[in-house]
Amino acid sequence: MQLRAGGTYEVAPEYGGAGLALALLAGPSAVGGWGAVVGMSDFGAEAAASLGVRLDRTVLVPDPGELWLEAVAALVDVVTIVVVRPPGRVGEAHAGKLAARLRTREAALVSLGPWPRADVRLAVETPRWSGAGRGDGHLRARHVTVAVQRGTAPPRRTDLWFPDADLALRAVGSERVAEIRDVG
Amino acid sequence: MTTPRSTGRVLVVWCPDWPVVAALRSRDLPSRLPSAVFAANRAEAVNAAAREFGVRRGMRRRDAQARCPELLVLDAEPDRDARAFEEVLEALEALRPGVAPLRPGLVALRSPGRFYGGETEAGAVLAECVVGLGIRDVRVGIADELFTAEQAARSAPVQESVVVPEGESGSFLRPLPVEALDEPETVSLLRRLGLTSLGDLAGLPSASVASRLGQRAAWVHRVLHGGGARPLDTRTPPPELAVHVDFEPPLADAEAVCFSTRRTAERFVEQLGQRQLVCTDVLIQVSADHVVASERRWLHPRWFTSADLVDRLHWQLVGSLKAGRIGSPVTRVRLVPEGVVAESVHADGLWGGTDGRVERGIARVQGMLGPEAVVAPVLQGGRSPAERQAMVPWGTRATSLRPRELPWPGSIPPPYPARVLAKPCPAAVVDPAGRPVVVGRRGTVSSPPARFRPGGEEGWLPVAAWAGPWPVEELWWEPGGGRRVARFQLVAADGRAWLVTFDDALAGWVTEAAYD
Repeated sequence: MQLRAGGTYEVAPEYGGAGLALALLAGPSAVGGWGAVVGMSDFGAEAAASLGVRLDRTVLVPDPGELWLEAVAALVDVVTIVVVRPPGRVGEAHAGKLAARLRTREAALVSLGPWPRADVRLAVETPRWSGAGRGDGHLRARHVTVAVQRGTAPPRRTDLWFPDADLALRAVGSERVAEIRDVG
Repeated sequence: MTTPRSTGRVLVVWCPDWPVVAALRSRDLPSRLPSAVFAANRAEAVNAAAREFGVRRGMRRRDAQARCPELLVLDAEPDRDARAFEEVLEALEALRPGVAPLRPGLVALRSPGRFYGGETEAGAVLAECVVGLGIRDVRVGIADELFTAEQAARSAPVQESVVVPEGESGSFLRPLPVEALDEPETVSLLRRLGLTSLGDLAGLPSASVASRLGQRAAWVHRVLHGGGARPLDTRTPPPELAVHVDFEPPLADAEAVCFSTRRTAERFVEQLGQRQLVCTDVLIQVSADHVVASERRWLHPRWFTSADLVDRLHWQLVGSLKAGRIGSPVTRVRLVPEGVVAESVHADGLWGGTDGRVERGIARVQGMLGPEAVVAPVLQGGRSPAERQAMVPWGTRATSLRPRELPWPGSIPPPYPARVLAKPCPAAVVDPAGRPVVVGRRGTVSSPPARFRPGGEEGWLPVAAWAGPWPVEELWWEPGGGRRVARFQLVAADGRAWLVTFDDALAGWVTEAAYD
């Protein structure tokens, strides 16, 4: 999947949404863009780095409080992608204003939680971890189905190893690394 | 034989075991106490008093204390070492401008030649100057180039100097052991080849040295054959580039202080600009009641403009006032350039770091939410996921990060959890009969976990699979420490997984991270 500049992406937080949001952050980061993460006080830096996020090009605002929307707006001006976990319901008017700003600044927004009129909605379904037994082994790889829904079209489902045994993202049954990147 | 020399002779001043000296000085303790600086439980630097007891570098803390029970154990703190060495640099700079610090504890100067009557006399004057600061163990070496001068200083007795005459570097170096190269891999290779002294290295053909043993060995090889002078990159002493502003009457309010410092900050940037320099690293000191009440070093990925400086000052004041470090009104603000680079280096496009636009946007968010609200994530060594990362306030330097290269027994193998809770939240784990699962002293699990509640809004979840325990005894050497924990990966029936930890002290469970 390719992130489009100016787009808004909603990731359902259930079943591993946080990991998916970090994976979306990795694309722009790998091609030299800056990323910002707002409102995620539980950001897993090591997981992000293993997914390809350049930590030296990542800014965190773990706890923006009441001013989260202002912080997002300020960051949209300067970075390529902003990942935000909204603390509550997002008003249609605010979302609309921010969407206009995203388009002029050519930045992408990933919301970990409901976002009004998001261009694309992503959800992780049926995660299955392998590697752990009953008191033996350890987690190694996870098989997930990612549902991608553009606008009102029916969702498309893809099976992924996320992460596979090499900590990478791979489509099931292929050697090719699934592409999540930014077109700028 | 005289080789044509473009640069003068080099003088090296060496203060052995500097991390220990710096740590003792910072605590006003006498230098004769047996002490050692430890990083990650290994002795990094040991002073002479401790060496007499048989404490050596690289020793584990427990072994060191077994040899010398009264050993003073100090924490490694590279910043402190550098700060303490600054005093030495300043004193030497006053005598002989153009010092080039190599690392804390080791500094090179251009040899003053005949100015003090001779090189031995010059060495004595500089050593005396350092001893005057209360640092008793100082040694001086003088030679044609840096490597030989450093080796000469290392072979000098306390407060003495060793002078290697012009053109004699080769004969001075030849008997030295190959360990002088200070590159463990190369040294080990040379040893295995049966070459034990630098003289043996000199006997090798120069082409093979360069291709097989690397740059440093090749360079030392050239020195052994009478060439290879390395120009000393000197740090020019700032001719009072540090600026300060006094407030009379003293100011109590951060805004007022910042407003009154604006002109001074402009002068600071301007002065540097006149020398084609920009400042990338600044020390801001705020004095209240004529003593320095708050001191902080700020780095800038590009360089400081006057507005940036005022911003940093504001953040520092707000932070210090909140923490109660500034108790009375501010009497003086001082800006000291810690790092300057030529303007041309920072011409746009050459420097890969932050671009100014990003930096300004981030500064706006910092202005909105406070400087500490914006952080940069960095990785470090540790056992739990939370210990393995650190959040560094944006624009400041990360200090005392734990090394990642060390093995961290008890750490969880990858993949890494995408969510690492800043604060572990209480959890519960029960066995099929509904009794709480308990982990014993030796990591034995009382009964297999059957259901768990990871906390937050989650309810009880059946355990589909589990892995662990990864037992860890944490921080037993710290007061109030001795926490014994055992970590488990629990996979719920719906496919989600958590990192859940049994804490001996709480006799209960906490959730530390989620494999989302």
